[in-house]
Amino acid sequence: MKKVIIAEDFCIACYNCEVACIATHSKSQDPVKAYKRENLRSRSNALVEVKGPVAFSLMCRHCKHPWCLDACISGAIQRLDNGIVYLDEERCVGCWGCVLACPYGASHPNLKGDDKRAFKCDLCINRLDKGLNPACVEACPNKALLYDETLTETVEVLSR
Amino acid sequence: MLYKKPQIQYYPYIVQRDDYKCVRCLGCVEQCSYDATFYDDELDVIWNKHEACVGCKRCEALCPTDAIKIVPNPSRPYEHDSWRWELVMDTYLQANTGSIIITGIGNDKRYRIYFDHLLLDACQVTNPSIDPLREPMELRTFLGRKGNKLELEEKSDGSIALKTRLAPQLTLETPIMFSAMSYGSINLNFQESMARAAVELGTYWNTGEGGLHKKLYPYAGRGIVQVASGRFGVSRDYLKVAAAAEIKIGQGAKPGIGGHLPGEKVNADIAETRMIPRGSDAISPAPHHDIYSIEDLRQLIYAIKETTRYEKPVFVKIAAVHNIAAIASGVARAGADVIVVDGFRGGTGATPKSVRDHVGIPVEIAIAVVDKRLRDEGIRNEVSIVATGGVRCSADVIKAIALGADAVYIATSAMLAVGCTLCQTCNTGRCAWGITTNDPRLARRQNPEIASEQLYKLVKGWSHEMKEMLGAMGINSIESLKGNRLRLRTLGLTEKESEILGVLPAGI
Repeated sequence: MKKVIIAEDFCIACYNCEVACIATHSKSQDPVKAYKRENLRSRSNALVEVKGPVAFSLMCRHCKHPWCLDACISGAIQRLDNGIVYLDEERCVGCWGCVLACPYGASHPNLKGDDKRAFKCDLCINRLDKGLNPACVEACPNKALLYDETLTETVEVLSR
Repeated sequence: MLYKKPQIQYYPYIVQRDDYKCVRCLGCVEQCSYDATFYDDELDVIWNKHEACVGCKRCEALCPTDAIKIVPNPSRPYEHDSWRWELVMDTYLQANTGSIIITGIGNDKRYRIYFDHLLLDACQVTNPSIDPLREPMELRTFLGRKGNKLELEEKSDGSIALKTRLAPQLTLETPIMFSAMSYGSINLNFQESMARAAVELGTYWNTGEGGLHKKLYPYAGRGIVQVASGRFGVSRDYLKVAAAAEIKIGQGAKPGIGGHLPGEKVNADIAETRMIPRGSDAISPAPHHDIYSIEDLRQLIYAIKETTRYEKPVFVKIAAVHNIAAIASGVARAGADVIVVDGFRGGTGATPKSVRDHVGIPVEIAIAVVDKRLRDEGIRNEVSIVATGGVRCSADVIKAIALGADAVYIATSAMLAVGCTLCQTCNTGRCAWGITTNDPRLARRQNPEIASEQLYKLVKGWSHEMKEMLGAMGINSIESLKGNRLRLRTLGLTEKESEILGVLPAGI
């Protein structure tokens, strides 16, 4: 399946992916309003990690065999037909089992929100429906995020 | 300002931040390589140390909400025609540091730019112009020694064959090449971008004096390798794998000055490529210590020709200085196949500001006098001339060729194509655009996939424009424009200047 591929060598830590992610998952679709009025600052599904010269943006890998799905006690996490591992926040009870289970740290607890539910990347399912690339890929100025067929599945966690 | 010398307060740029638009994504903090931007998590505010800002505009360019503008500091003293503000600041700086002022890029002073005083011809009524979209238009250029005559022989079967052994030639699909920028002064990502673009465009790129990295050997067929005074990375393989070799005698940005890559920048990769110990200073002496005369130059040229079995042209690059015509004549007689003339607006990674701004002559004049001198002496066909140092657009290329050049080298334009904003701090090695730096954190900002495409597009665009201009002049091949100064006119130059350029004033 097509996923967001992280070209780690070219991430420049500009955080544009985070801003794009937050804006596209906001009501207003505007970065300034999303951060300042909707208070979504800590709600980016993509997280830029920086240490020394190494930087990359990490979001859900949409595993073939998602551990988060196994850990979910309420059935909020499903694997859709197109391969997207989707977290339905309406059904999430906030147990954070997925947060513990995810080997990539790609499922996040909503610590600053009121409901304390978990949230994770939905591969911009709304944008894909419109034929657009995921927002983070579109926003990346250095082609460090690519939306393409996965080159190899070996990096995926296949069994426990 | 606490703990600072008073003059530091007169910094040149201000980082203007629209605090409402700023979403504190911290992108600018991460992008700034000059420590001018930092985040205060107690106040949740991003602060700027304006005095550290070099005006590279990296933060402005990558701010996702357009919250940043880098503006010149409006606090300036009285305008003074003699003591320009830059001179005042330089004086303060030297009084505070006692050092040479080192800078990058090329001469930025207000000397007359002759390209801007040359006008091109076009066809009207009596001679037809050509539409390059409908008719073939040739930009292909051959660089190398052309010889005096061609001898043909008739074979027994009646076919005609070429008897003369032609000197080695470089074939350029467009007369624009990427000029020498060494690995060390720029990073491998950018060098690879140039190499890829040159291969794609059917033109050539130049390694500079820093050797040829192993990773770039696949692109060496379109590479010109440089042999400079430091002889870094020069080996038999280096000469054999490349398309041509270039002996660098001088550089337009710093004629008569050598180079110095500080030891702290010489990492394992650079050390291996330059063939020097890791961490040692890479010093290029000002002169070649084995070249003190035209005869000595001839020895080196022929040493290289012997090594490459006379299969590759040898370039000699000289800076445009006062006696350039005589020097070029000597270089031609020393056996060079191509003479590269680098004008005083040429760029560099680091040079003393006093040298950059006050030494040398413009490339337009240099090309005109070199071409004339070689023609007068009847040896113009022995060498090709490449103009470099101050070529800014396709019209400059056309004008340089009409003045007598065969092709041009571009470097500053190439850097602009991949993001450079001419902040003139190449020498610091902290280029926020990831061009003139080898810091792994910054070098990754040049993605060869994007950069090579940008370079390709730039040269492609210029080539299209050149075809349009040629068509307007009714010329269908760049060869016909070479040294064709009748298609040029000067505007706003003195009679003497026009005479030196060999171009008639407008109206005649």
